[in-house]
Amino acid sequence: MNINDLRRRNFLKTSVGAAAVAIAPGFLLFDIAHGKAQAVSGKVRWGMLINTEQCQEGCNDCVTACNKENGLSGGTSATDSQWIRKVEIKDVSSGRKVSLPMMCQHCEHPPCVDVCPTNASFKRADGIVLVDRHRCIGCRYCMMACPYKARSFVHEPLTDQNPDVPRGKGTVESCTLCVHRIDKGQQPACVESCTNKAILFGDLNNPDSEIAKKIRTVASVQVRASLGLNTGVRYQGL
Amino acid sequence: MSGHSPLYFKNRLYYVLLAAGGLVALAGMFAVYLMEHHGHVITGMNNQVVWGLPHVFAIFLIVAASGVLNVASIGSVFGKSIYKARAPMASLLSIAMLAGGLAVLMLDLGRPDRLIVAATNINFTSVFAWNVVLYTGMFSLIVIYLWTMMERRMNGWNKTAGLAVFAWRFILTTGTGLIFAFLPARQAYGSAILPPMFIVLSFAWGLAVFHLVQAVTYAWNERQHDPAIMERTKHLLGIFVIGSLYLVTVYHLTNLYFAQQVGFVRFILIEGGIYPALFWLGYIVLGNLLPLGLIYWPERKTNCVAASVLVIAGAFALLYVFIIGGQAYPLDIFPGFTASSSFGDGQIASYSPSIYELLLGLGGLAIAFLLTTVGVRIFNFMPQD
Repeated sequence: MNINDLRRRNFLKTSVGAAAVAIAPGFLLFDIAHGKAQAVSGKVRWGMLINTEQCQEGCNDCVTACNKENGLSGGTSATDSQWIRKVEIKDVSSGRKVSLPMMCQHCEHPPCVDVCPTNASFKRADGIVLVDRHRCIGCRYCMMACPYKARSFVHEPLTDQNPDVPRGKGTVESCTLCVHRIDKGQQPACVESCTNKAILFGDLNNPDSEIAKKIRTVASVQVRASLGLNTGVRYQGL
Repeated sequence: MSGHSPLYFKNRLYYVLLAAGGLVALAGMFAVYLMEHHGHVITGMNNQVVWGLPHVFAIFLIVAASGVLNVASIGSVFGKSIYKARAPMASLLSIAMLAGGLAVLMLDLGRPDRLIVAATNINFTSVFAWNVVLYTGMFSLIVIYLWTMMERRMNGWNKTAGLAVFAWRFILTTGTGLIFAFLPARQAYGSAILPPMFIVLSFAWGLAVFHLVQAVTYAWNERQHDPAIMERTKHLLGIFVIGSLYLVTVYHLTNLYFAQQVGFVRFILIEGGIYPALFWLGYIVLGNLLPLGLIYWPERKTNCVAASVLVIAGAFALLYVFIIGGQAYPLDIFPGFTASSSFGDGQIASYSPSIYELLLGLGGLAIAFLLTTVGVRIFNFMPQD
């Protein structure tokens, strides 16, 4: 064995060691983030049906659950993030009152994704509209474009974040449909917390799912349907 | 002291001007540092009014940067010699204002440190991303255009370069107008008239800035401006002001005709407090009626500079009403219903600009000022009539 062989062997050993050290944290973080190896299926389209007749005025359970799940402060000043909000509406002519939760409608043709200059706003194959916090430059054009005012800009430094829901000062954020829970086979926090069972969550594309059956049989609407965005969130009793 | 020549004082004054401009730009940088450190919470912007005073400054600078090139285009494309003599100065001003405007826009971002992300991830369905391409293209084209004017061997290409700049800036200002025209969700925007409106506004604002800078450089060089030339460019400003007033009127008129938009028009023109006040007093009276009076009043001594200053003041008033007033009016998410929530649904959003936003905006103006001052001093941009 000559000196060249030894050098080559040492070089290979060091290289493999260095590569392992470089890659290992990535695997570890992937595990911590509960990442799934398989890609999301485009056959699924997640959506919600909100029954406004069951939604109670003054009840804020969905908002509280969302704040807790996603590590939001719960503040309601003009610069605080609100991913879901209760809106009280009243028919101008008849005076009929309706209370409903409003959040990202997870459009099939999301204007926020169209206008985002850096592709930070994107739609997952299963219909969930998200913001890549590493790509968002904080231009707020998506907030200008969103017809539902569903997005918030992080105006202040953040502390005590939920590791499953990374956020960042200077970037835009909105309802993720609790994507981290969906990927674990759970339901979004707002759905689970609703004591009045006003929110039905499921796969709009699966004809046998409860939500698909319900949408086939009861009258439901998309908010601002005239914009032609085909929202994933629908409302009953509006 | 009396032993010094007038040139000595002028040189001194030049450095004083540079220092003053530099200080304002530095103050702007300090405001940016604070905004980045504390977050946008120290500004007046919020989740309802997401674009504020910095955008008023930035859009003014970018729109005027495009319009000021009109002077060059009339020279190079249409062959008018008095304008051709002014093309280099117009080009310098355009570069300076574009740089100032883009700096403000960039530094107002939530994450200005991610400039490289913006440059390497381009979403071609985003008119913002188109604008990144349009602005950088504009810079390069103007530099080439200047080269064809200042390098004798390149003179032959001047007309071609002038034509390219002419076409490009139309597309550029269309792009600026489309930023708002592509927002169907908001009552104030989402109108096809916005791009042409911005183009004609750019003519008026650009020419006003040009008049102002030209007057100052003539005074600095102790040269007398030919009154005949002044008269012609003054009338051109008048035509541009009337043209832009016409388009702004049509924009509001179409909104007024749509029943669903009447609430918004009432807000912006009558009931909205600061916004109607700025629109009528700032834009209509100061920005249009007074300058038109100064331009067209018979038997009046030419007062083109005063008219130009007023047009610029009107521009800021109009942009404030358009950008901030347009966001302050609530989105009509549930037509036919009144709405209320913790997130400002159905409420007029409040916005009061902070000193940091003002400093950032002024910093952009200072950048444009510095580039122009240094440019005029180093290169021979004086019109040679």
